[in-house]
Amino acid sequence: MNIMMNRIKWVVGASALTLASGAGAAGTGVQAEPDWTLPIHDNQVFGQVLFDRMEYQRDGDNELALWDAQAWIGKDRNRLWVETEGETDLSSDSGDIENFDVQYSYRFDRFWDIQTGLGAQTTFGPSPNKERYSAIVGLQGLAPYWFEVDTNLRVTDDGDVSYDLEAEYDWLLTQRLILQGRGETLVAFSDVEEWGVGSGINNVGLGLRLRYHFSREFAPYVGVSYTRFLGNTEDLREREGEDVESSSFVAGVRWWF
Amino acid sequence: MSDRHFYAGMSRRRLIQGAATMGLLAGFDSLLPAYARGQLDNTNAFHTVRNGADIYDLTVARTPLKIGGTVSEQPITINGTLPAPLVRLKQGREAILRVTNTLPEATSIHWHGLILPYQMDGVPGVSFPGIMPGETFEYRFPVEQHGTYWYHSHSGLQEQLGHYGPIIIDPAEPESVAYDREYVVVLSDWTFDSPEDVFRNLKVAEGYYNYNQRTVSDFFKDVETMGWDAAWSKAGMWGRMRMSPRDILDVTASEYTYLMNGSPSASNWTGLFRPGEKIRLRFINASAMTYFDVRVPGLPMTVISADGQPVQPVETDEFRIGVAETYDVIVQPTDTAHTVFAQSQDRSGYVRGTLATRKGMEAPVPPMYPRTERGMAAMGMGAMSMGAMGKDGDMNMDSGMDMGGKMEMMSGSNDKAHGQMMMNGADSGMSKMNSDKATMNEVPTAGRPISHGPDNHGPGAAMVASSPQSRLDDPGVGFETANHRVLTYSQLQSIEGWPDKRPAEREVELHLTGNMERYMWSFDGKKFSEVDGPVKFYHGERLRLILVNDSMMDHPIHLHGMWMELETGAGEYRPRKHTISVKPGERVSALITADAPGDWAFHCHLLYHMDAGMFRVVSVV
Repeated sequence: MNIMMNRIKWVVGASALTLASGAGAAGTGVQAEPDWTLPIHDNQVFGQVLFDRMEYQRDGDNELALWDAQAWIGKDRNRLWVETEGETDLSSDSGDIENFDVQYSYRFDRFWDIQTGLGAQTTFGPSPNKERYSAIVGLQGLAPYWFEVDTNLRVTDDGDVSYDLEAEYDWLLTQRLILQGRGETLVAFSDVEEWGVGSGINNVGLGLRLRYHFSREFAPYVGVSYTRFLGNTEDLREREGEDVESSSFVAGVRWWF
Repeated sequence: MSDRHFYAGMSRRRLIQGAATMGLLAGFDSLLPAYARGQLDNTNAFHTVRNGADIYDLTVARTPLKIGGTVSEQPITINGTLPAPLVRLKQGREAILRVTNTLPEATSIHWHGLILPYQMDGVPGVSFPGIMPGETFEYRFPVEQHGTYWYHSHSGLQEQLGHYGPIIIDPAEPESVAYDREYVVVLSDWTFDSPEDVFRNLKVAEGYYNYNQRTVSDFFKDVETMGWDAAWSKAGMWGRMRMSPRDILDVTASEYTYLMNGSPSASNWTGLFRPGEKIRLRFINASAMTYFDVRVPGLPMTVISADGQPVQPVETDEFRIGVAETYDVIVQPTDTAHTVFAQSQDRSGYVRGTLATRKGMEAPVPPMYPRTERGMAAMGMGAMSMGAMGKDGDMNMDSGMDMGGKMEMMSGSNDKAHGQMMMNGADSGMSKMNSDKATMNEVPTAGRPISHGPDNHGPGAAMVASSPQSRLDDPGVGFETANHRVLTYSQLQSIEGWPDKRPAEREVELHLTGNMERYMWSFDGKKFSEVDGPVKFYHGERLRLILVNDSMMDHPIHLHGMWMELETGAGEYRPRKHTISVKPGERVSALITADAPGDWAFHCHLLYHMDAGMFRVVSVV
């Protein structure tokens, strides 16, 4: 986790250098002198780090810690975007970084960014660790009816192709109490047994999280999460003696700065 | 007849002023300028008159002040006060305004609404380089006009921190307006956070300050009032557009403390009067981001000027004042105390003051109006107005909603009639078109088709209005069900008409565009930093400026240096303004005489909209 934060900080810091450049002045008047300041500065660099989910999950005796975070820095239309998601089994201290993606993000539409970059996937813990890398192209944005959507197509360094889709929807129960529905799925175009991936639809995950905003930035939540593995992936997991279905109680916090 | 108050008792006022400057006046929240302390007269900043010129020395500084019981280190004051002192000039004389900057950063003063040479207009990067730390800049210009105006910083976000004050210009010839006493009423919005943080919150988190968003229970209330199908269609329409009908103001009372002459409600700014007097109230909206709805409950107000320019007196019960606008009204108290009530347009908060016969009196403070949302009334009458409009008398609510969906993407669509309904639907309208209309001329741009360019202004515009309407007789969102008189632009008529009688030789059309999700604001989808040159006016020409609001918010659009004669349908009696508030989905037009060579700022006067890019330079060449 610490390593992860450091990496995020490093990336954020490095990109600030590359993206912070002066604004053009084409719109200034005919009388303006070159050494004058600009009347407004509408091309500033902003950034944000958001932990959408930082949570504890419990399914029977299985306990997990999970994170799902993103950070961006840039201007209105061009941004550097970092996303990471992963989990740790609290009993064995093993887990995986499902993705750590560093992407260039461009707003090509009123509500949509096209994103492209590189991603890493690794496991950690006592058993032998493995890692793989992928090239990513995806879309992130706001779909009609206020669905937050993040979807990616990945090609790994072994040439395996997969597609993932996440969508979130907020129901405002009050101005501060918000019920978030969440759905995700992953489709693989080939079997990658080493990573527990079967071709076809791998899984469907659904979640409901009820959060309370003490501030816009800080909102603890409780909820439930359900995951079902399907098709070849389900078979694969059954052979390995792993669960093909899990229902968890979750508690965590959503916060940003 | 009013003059006796202005020039009587000068020595006494000077004494009081001196005491205040030294901070000896107890019981006030902050160091207030003399006019804001509710003395019997308006007093202006100390100034001298020499060789026919009014000479003011104004010092810009950071001054810690107590506002509503909380000390803040951030106020930017002029001569130590917030708001800045009254600058009182005289038409026909020269103004010499020496501004000294003691801040560690550059500053500026823009004289809002004043006609002057562009080098004196005070916009860094447009009219001059700005006033550097430690420097004194001398503004010097002949005073051509009279009326109520104001001044403020045009540097960065300084205006949010108190760098604003009133201007009164006394007419060379006496006005034909009768009153016994006058007060300036400066309305503003104060934050204890840094303006940079406010701007960042708007940039990274849509709706950060909006605690009046639609909830699940609002949906079920709609189901109750309009039935399942209509409620579902309404939610669907807004959902498809990804717009919120509750985006009324970007920064609300959740962040702001509203001030009247520098005092929050609790401190109760009080203007004293003697029974029987008529009072001229000169309202100035010096807010960064807040439209106010203003009334004096129980008293009718007679509006006598708008943006400093005289209008034919019109009686009303309430007016909405856009950011940077000014209205002068006459009231005649009937009681010993009356509340002056200004609620923010979204009804998230208010500020009140009191007109009273002695200090310490209060009148009842009315409750705020219920919260509102855009299109609510129109949703209720959508089917009706659609039926009324058209050939398709049998059109039902559902089809209306579907048109709504189209609004997000259609330009050059054939659904012109549909679009019209939609835009009325999107922000009230229609039913307000009343009998006044019959006596007026047509607005010249009425009924024209509209083009938004091939890409609908690109990602900088979250929506476009397919068939914008002139709604100058609509008081705006939140007044759909008002059963009292609310001022509209169509009621403003000038007294004599304006000197340039030529029709427009040329038209310039600009669209007001925005994307709330990233807080991008612009003209024609392009921020200031993205355009390839200034807007050009040709010296001496008469032109028509057409503004089309392609966004879901009201924008107060301000042109420096030249008047905009607002085409209300009043013919030659059209009012002229320095700031025109354009409602969502509205098209307005104004005639301009390009008689002021040089470069001029042209922008939305919502401070953070301007800073986000809704700014252009107009070069008169």
